[in-house]
Amino acid sequence: MYRYVLKRLLMSLVVILVAAVLIFTIMNVVPGDPAAALLGDDATYEEILAKRQAMGLDGPFMVRLGQYLYKFFIKWDFGTSWFYGTPIINEVAVRLPRTVFISLINLFISLAVGIPVGIMAALKRGKWQDRGVLSLAMLFQAIPSFWLSMELILLFAVRLKWLPASGIGSWRHYILPIISGLLGGWCGNARTTRQSMLQVMRDDYITTARAKGLPEGRVIIHHMLPNALMPIITMVGGAIGGIVGGALVLERTFSIPGVGTYLLSAVNNRDYPVVETVTILLAAVNALSMLLVDLTYGFVDPRIKAQYVSSTNKGRRAVKSAKS
Amino acid sequence: MQKAEVNTIDAIPVRRKKESQIVMIFKRILRDRGATIGLIGILFFVFVAIFAEQLAPYDPYTLDITAMLTGPSRAHWMGTDELGRDVMSRLIYGTRYSLALGVLGSLMSFACACVLGCIAGYFGKWIESLIMRICDVMMSIPGTLLTIIISAVLGSGFFVTLIALSFGGIFNQVRMLRAQILRERGQEYLEAAEAYNCKKTKIMFIHLLPNVVSPLLVNLTMGISGTINAAATLSFLGLGIQPPTPEWGAMLSGGRDYLRNCPTLILFPGLVIMIFCWCVNLFGDGLRDAMDPKLKN
Repeated sequence: MYRYVLKRLLMSLVVILVAAVLIFTIMNVVPGDPAAALLGDDATYEEILAKRQAMGLDGPFMVRLGQYLYKFFIKWDFGTSWFYGTPIINEVAVRLPRTVFISLINLFISLAVGIPVGIMAALKRGKWQDRGVLSLAMLFQAIPSFWLSMELILLFAVRLKWLPASGIGSWRHYILPIISGLLGGWCGNARTTRQSMLQVMRDDYITTARAKGLPEGRVIIHHMLPNALMPIITMVGGAIGGIVGGALVLERTFSIPGVGTYLLSAVNNRDYPVVETVTILLAAVNALSMLLVDLTYGFVDPRIKAQYVSSTNKGRRAVKSAKS
Repeated sequence: MQKAEVNTIDAIPVRRKKESQIVMIFKRILRDRGATIGLIGILFFVFVAIFAEQLAPYDPYTLDITAMLTGPSRAHWMGTDELGRDVMSRLIYGTRYSLALGVLGSLMSFACACVLGCIAGYFGKWIESLIMRICDVMMSIPGTLLTIIISAVLGSGFFVTLIALSFGGIFNQVRMLRAQILRERGQEYLEAAEAYNCKKTKIMFIHLLPNVVSPLLVNLTMGISGTINAAATLSFLGLGIQPPTPEWGAMLSGGRDYLRNCPTLILFPGLVIMIFCWCVNLFGDGLRDAMDPKLKN
């Protein structure tokens, strides 16, 4: 088990490293000179040259790539923003809690709504509840999330004046972002849960459990749900990994100063160090959440756990059997 | 003589079976009410896209300073935008851009995934590990982010946006396809094809692909609505297709600045996107059920 985790960690590290090389390369083939763009049209040639040197853009590509990776992965120096001139990590440290707060609340609420609704739809398969849930879920999946947010702003902030439209400050600022996150998020969860429950419901052990005379609630919670959990865990893992990707649009719509808006303004300002650093950090978060998902599989499903153990113990067992 | 006989005997049942399967799937879709509604909706939008010139009451680019930001009226059913252009005409012309973006974007990533997935699944060995590791790396970067970065790097414009949109979808599909092929790899028909010295490309795309592609086809259908939504999001974030192109997403993001003065400016493009994507999802869901051999009866 530990060897498996170690192996997976090392593999994630390699993936992150390659992703870093990739991002650095992509940002370096972008047409246009970031130094000239930063200085504006009035800058002289000498000024631009000096700026390029200050920004570290004058060396050969491979050398700069090596330096970047060395600084990032060995010295944990995440660089400085070209546009603001501040260390990136400070800015991320201030902004990250807001993003994580909103994203996690959104994740939990949409799970808390989506999973029970999905279970209910699966249990009432083919009846009006099921059809209603499915059509609603499909409708909400078809809506562009930022459009829904804008309509909510229009209704609750502009027309009714109940809630603030944008920014952060009091708890009331978080209500609209959370509602729009929920409306966009529950439907995928509900559909996945329903699908997964339907697959499990036909299995023989469910019939056995009912034949034993177990109460229906127990059959659902102890027999169906644990077996239907795998796709749901995958889904949650994906949601955690893509946390900032999803928050990007939400933060932009509600002008929340989180990591998403930071990244977006960096993209628009050609602030490449910020784009690189934030993307690599996100890739790291993503890789870790994938690892967590794989490990959770082991806890949920004893068969998979047995696989981990047997694959790592194979050598030892072979030695033992040879001895005996 | 004998050879020709074998060929004809072989050819007839295969052709008949193929045709009947497509017809069967189509019949099953027509039996499903939701999927039928979806199909009719999609056909309606295709019709609008083809006959945009005839259907649109005004020119989508003509400015009219006397009627700026008006709400719906008899002259302009869906109102006018900040430059006095007719919103309904722009939406009708926008059907072309949005449908093309959605369909071509999904098709492009589907085609790339088919090639990569078949190569990885069929050849195996180092080429498989190479392609799968590339997928691992690409999938470690969240999809939205990858699209945004590529779009930012390549700039705005129709084809560039198309590439950015299709790129992110490739790698997940490659994984799906490879998993399907792994199950299929030991089958006898592949061995038979290899035994009579069939070309590798022919084995991959003529023999193998049709047997493993059905989960991807459903994905492709659903991908169209996802791509249109992603295109709208890109425009909203200031990337991708930009105004004055009458693309639905670009119109939606253009109307954001007039949220307070003229709320109908974002209402109609949003509704149109919603209705189209809903139709596509309904159809895709029906298609999945129709193609699922377990639910045949």
